[in-house]
Amino acid sequence: MADTKYNFKDFKSDQEIRWCPGCGDIAILMSVQKAMAALDYDKEDYAVISGIGCSSRFPYYMNTYGFHGIHGRAGVLASGVKVANPKLSVWQITGDGDGLAIGGNHFIHEIRRNIDLNIILFNNQIYGLTKGQYSPTSLFGQVTKSSPYGTIEQPFHPGELVIGARGKFFARTIDNKVADTTEILIEADKHKGASVVEILQNCVIYNNGAHSAITSKETRDDNQIWLKHGEPMIFGKEKNKGLVLDGLNLKVVTIGENGVTKDDILVHDAHQELPYIHLALINMAVADGFPVAFGIIRSVEAPTYEILLEEQIKEVQSRSKIKNVDDLLHSGNTWNVD
Amino acid sequence: MDKKIIEVDQVVIKFAGDSGDGMQLTGTQFSNTSALIGDDVSTFPDYPAEIRAPQGTVGGVSGFQLNFGKKVNTPGDFPDVLVAMNPAALKANIGWVKDGATIIIDTDSFTDKNFAKAGCDTEKLKEIYNDYNVIEAPITSLTKESLKDTELDAKSKARSKNMFALGMVYCIFDRPLDHSVKFFEKKFAKKPEIAEANKKVLKDGFNYAVTIHAMPSFRVHSSTIEKGVYRNINGNTATSWGLLAAAEKANLPFFLGSYPITPASEILVEIEKRRDLGAKAFQAEDEIGGITTSIGAAFAGHLAATSTSGPGLALKSEALGLAVITELPLVVVNVQRGGPSTGLPTKTEQSDLFQALFGRNGESPVPVIAASTPSNCFNYAFEAAKIALEHMTPVLLLTDGFIANGTEPWKIPSMKDMPEINTQFIGKDEKEYLPYLRDKNMVRKWAVPGMKGFEHRIGGLEKMEITGNVSYIPENHEAMSIERDEKIKLIANNIPELKVEGNEDADVLVVGWGSTYGHLTTAVREMNEAGTKVAHAHFNYINPLPKNTAEVLSKYKEIIVFELNLGQFAKYLRMMHPTNHYEYYDKVQGLPLTVKEIKTKVNQILEQL
Ligand SMILES: Cc1ncc(C[n+]2csc(CCOP(=O)(O)OP(=O)(O)O)c2C)c(N)n1
Ligand code: SF4
Ligand SMILES: [Mg+2]
Repeated sequence: MADTKYNFKDFKSDQEIRWCPGCGDIAILMSVQKAMAALDYDKEDYAVISGIGCSSRFPYYMNTYGFHGIHGRAGVLASGVKVANPKLSVWQITGDGDGLAIGGNHFIHEIRRNIDLNIILFNNQIYGLTKGQYSPTSLFGQVTKSSPYGTIEQPFHPGELVIGARGKFFARTIDNKVADTTEILIEADKHKGASVVEILQNCVIYNNGAHSAITSKETRDDNQIWLKHGEPMIFGKEKNKGLVLDGLNLKVVTIGENGVTKDDILVHDAHQELPYIHLALINMAVADGFPVAFGIIRSVEAPTYEILLEEQIKEVQSRSKIKNVDDLLHSGNTWNVD
Repeated sequence: MDKKIIEVDQVVIKFAGDSGDGMQLTGTQFSNTSALIGDDVSTFPDYPAEIRAPQGTVGGVSGFQLNFGKKVNTPGDFPDVLVAMNPAALKANIGWVKDGATIIIDTDSFTDKNFAKAGCDTEKLKEIYNDYNVIEAPITSLTKESLKDTELDAKSKARSKNMFALGMVYCIFDRPLDHSVKFFEKKFAKKPEIAEANKKVLKDGFNYAVTIHAMPSFRVHSSTIEKGVYRNINGNTATSWGLLAAAEKANLPFFLGSYPITPASEILVEIEKRRDLGAKAFQAEDEIGGITTSIGAAFAGHLAATSTSGPGLALKSEALGLAVITELPLVVVNVQRGGPSTGLPTKTEQSDLFQALFGRNGESPVPVIAASTPSNCFNYAFEAAKIALEHMTPVLLLTDGFIANGTEPWKIPSMKDMPEINTQFIGKDEKEYLPYLRDKNMVRKWAVPGMKGFEHRIGGLEKMEITGNVSYIPENHEAMSIERDEKIKLIANNIPELKVEGNEDADVLVVGWGSTYGHLTTAVREMNEAGTKVAHAHFNYINPLPKNTAEVLSKYKEIIVFELNLGQFAKYLRMMHPTNHYEYYDKVQGLPLTVKEIKTKVNQILEQL
C-alpha cells in the first residue's frame, strides 16, 4: 500500500501546540502519530476530523488532511468524508461534551450505521474549552463551575452507549499510556466499522485528577484490568486476582483462595456477538469493588455502511438501463412533438 | 338535446375529494393525457397535512388543480370544472370556482350524514344549482354496478370510483383513454384483475357521460409548441436531476445528505433511487447531520448538496456558516412552505427569503438563487451547483411547495448543451498548496484527501489569509470577512442580466421572484393584450442581484413587488436600491397568487398615477 515508511514526526504539523502544559491531550497526540506511522496508509489518505473543544484542536497539530468542524458535529462530518471516499482512514476526534452532549445523537447513529471510523473520545469528564462546566460524563454530585452545589445528573458510561447503539468495537485506555494506546489505536483502525476508543484524559486545569483513583501509582494495579482477547481476566499487583461469573454477574476472586485456580478465571472473548459480558466489563467501577476494564473490550465483525453502499451502487448499476443523465431525462413517459 | 360546444384557449379543472379518494392520481392522469396530445399543462396538487384526516371533513379534502390548453403558465386561478366527490370537497372549493362553472358531484356521497360531517346544510346546495351548471352522477353506485361481475372486494370496488369520474371528464374534453389504459396495464401488471377493473370503470364513466349528454363540451385550442421530446416534470424531480446533471458535467461524484421534510422529501427520495448513476444519498438522523455529512463529502471532493424546507434550514444554519468560512462548494436546496415553526407544512410560501439571506451568525454571505417554474428547477439547481463549484461557496437554492409539487410538460434538454462547469481543483503538479490563496474572483483552490503533498487543515476558526492557519489577528479577520463578502459580490459578473418582459416602456413595473413567475407573466401578458401598459421583471438571482438591477428599476415610475410573504424581497430591494419607490403586494395564505388579484392591484396603481 504505502510507498514510504513514516516516523511519528512525519505526522507533526508546524503549528505550535496550545494545550495547557500537562494536558492529557498532548500524550494522545503522540499516540495517534505513532499509530499512523505504524499503519499502512499513505499520509495523504488520512483525514482527521473533529468538533469543538480543547481536544478538537487536534487536527491542527497533525500533518494530514484535517477538518476542525463545529461543536458536536465531528461524527457527521467524519461520516460524510468516509462515505464519500471509503479509501481514506478517517479519525474522528471528539470530547465528552462534543460527542456525548451536543453530538450525542450523531454518536449513536454513526455507531448504529457502523461506518468505518476511528472515533477517539477524549473523556476528561468536563468541558475544558469553556472553562470547566460539567459534562455528561461528570460524576453525580461533582462540583464544577456550572454545578456549584454538585451535579444532580447521572453520567453516561460511553461504552454502555456504544453497546446500546449496537456498536461493534469498544476499547478504553489512558492518556499517558502511550504504548498501550498506540497499540489499541492501530487495532481500532484495522477493525472495519465504527471503532470507539474512550481515552481517560486528564484536564489539569478544570478536572485535575479525575481519573486518579484508577491511574495513581499506588492503586493502579488493583484498579485496572487490561483485557486481551483469548487471555484470562487477571489483574492485581500480584497478578493473583481475576474475574469469574457468579450467576449472571461478574465477581472478583483471588487465585489460590477458596480453591480458586487460574482455570476458573474467565477468558476474554472480544469477538463474541452477544454483548452482555462486554457490558458488564464496561460498567465495572472501583466504587463497586471492581477494577476498571481497559484494552479492547469488544471487537466484532460486521458489514460497514460505506461498503454496503458501494456494493449496492454496483448492483443497481449492473441492472439499470439508466447509465447517464441523458438516459435519466428520457426515462419514463416521454413524447415527441414534431 | 344538442351538445353545447364551448371554444376556449384554456380550461381549469379541479378534482377534489377525500384524501383517500385518489384525486392526485386522477389529476395526474388527466394532465399526462393532455400533455401527450400536445397541450400546455400546469398542475397544482393541494393536499392536507394529515395523511388520514377524518373522512368527509373539510380538513381532509385533497385537491388537484390543473390548467391546460394554449399559453399556460399557471395552474389557473379558478376552476371552470370542479369534480366534487363529497360535500366537504364542494364546501372547500365552492368559493374558488369560476362563475357559472360546471360542477360534477357524486350524488351517492351527498347524504345527510356527509353534509353533517362537512358542516354544511343541504339548503345551501340548492343555491348552487342556480349559480352553477351542476351535473349529478351517482358515481359510487355506478362504479359498483360496473364492477358487479368482478371478484374484487367491496372496498376495492369503491376505490375505483375516481376512475369513473376521470372517464366522465375525459369525455367532456374529448381526451383519448389509451394513455390511462396503458398506465393501468403497466402499474398493475402483477394484478391484472385490478388493471381490468380500472379500465372498465374508466370506460363506463366515459360512456355514461356520452349517454347523459347533459353536460357542455369544451373544445380547447392546443398550443403550438416547439419540436422535441417532452416529458412531464415537477419541481422536486427537476431539482434532483439538475444536481445530478451538474455532477456529471463537472465530472464529480454526487453526494446528498438529507432528512425527510415536506415538501422537500421527494428530492431525497429521488436521489436515493439514483444509485444507478453512482449518486450517494445519505438519510441522516437530522438536518444538521444532513448538511454536515455533505460538508464532509465536499471536503472529500464530491459535488455535495443537502435538501430541506424552512424548519430544516433553521437547523442547518450553523453548519452553513461552516461551509461559508471553510469556502467549500455546497448546494443547499430549501423548498419553502408556510411558517414560522411547523406552520403550514403542505402549503406554499416565499417567507424564507430573509432566513436564506441573513439567517446565520457572523458576516456570512451566501449566494441565493430561486427557481421560478417546475421545470426550470432543473436549470437553477444546475446553476446553483455551477456557482458553488466555480466560486467555492455554499449556494442556497430556493424553490417552494407550489413549484416543487406542480408539474408541467418539459422539453428535455440534452447534456451536451448544458454549460461547462470548471472545478477549482489545484493542479496535480503544483509545488505547494496554499489553501486560502485567492484568484482574481477571490476564489481559493480545492485540494482533497488522497491528493499527495497537499495535506492541510481547515475549520470553523478564522484563518490567516493565504495560508489558512488559525489566526486571531484583528486586521486579518476584517480582511478575510471582506474577502468572503467580495467573492460573493463578484459572482454578479457571471450571472445573466435582469430582463424585462411585457411593455418595456410602461410606467409600471411588476416585480416578482421565484415561483410567482407564472401568475405574474400571465397577468402582464393578458393586460398587455387588452391594451394596458405594464412591464414585468422577474428575479431568479437574489444574492448577488443582477448587475443591471438599478438601471432597470430606475426606469419605472412605480414598482410593485408581488410576493408570498410580508414584503421580504421588497424590503431587500429597498435596502439594496433605496432610491426607488416600492409598492408592496403581499399574500400569506399558503396559496399562490391569482392572475385576477395581480391585475386588480396593477389597475389600482395605474389609476393613481
Ligand atoms: C453551538 C455551540 N455551542 C456551544 C459551544 C461552546 N463550547 C465549545 S467547546 C464546549 C464543550 C467542550 O467540551 P468537550 O467536548 O468535553 O471538550 P474538551 O474541551 O473537554 O476537550 C462548548 C460547550 C460552541 N462552540 N458551539
Ligand atoms: S483546559 Fe484542560 S483539556 Fe483544555 S487544554 Fe487545558 S488541560 Fe487540556
Ligand atoms: Mg471534555
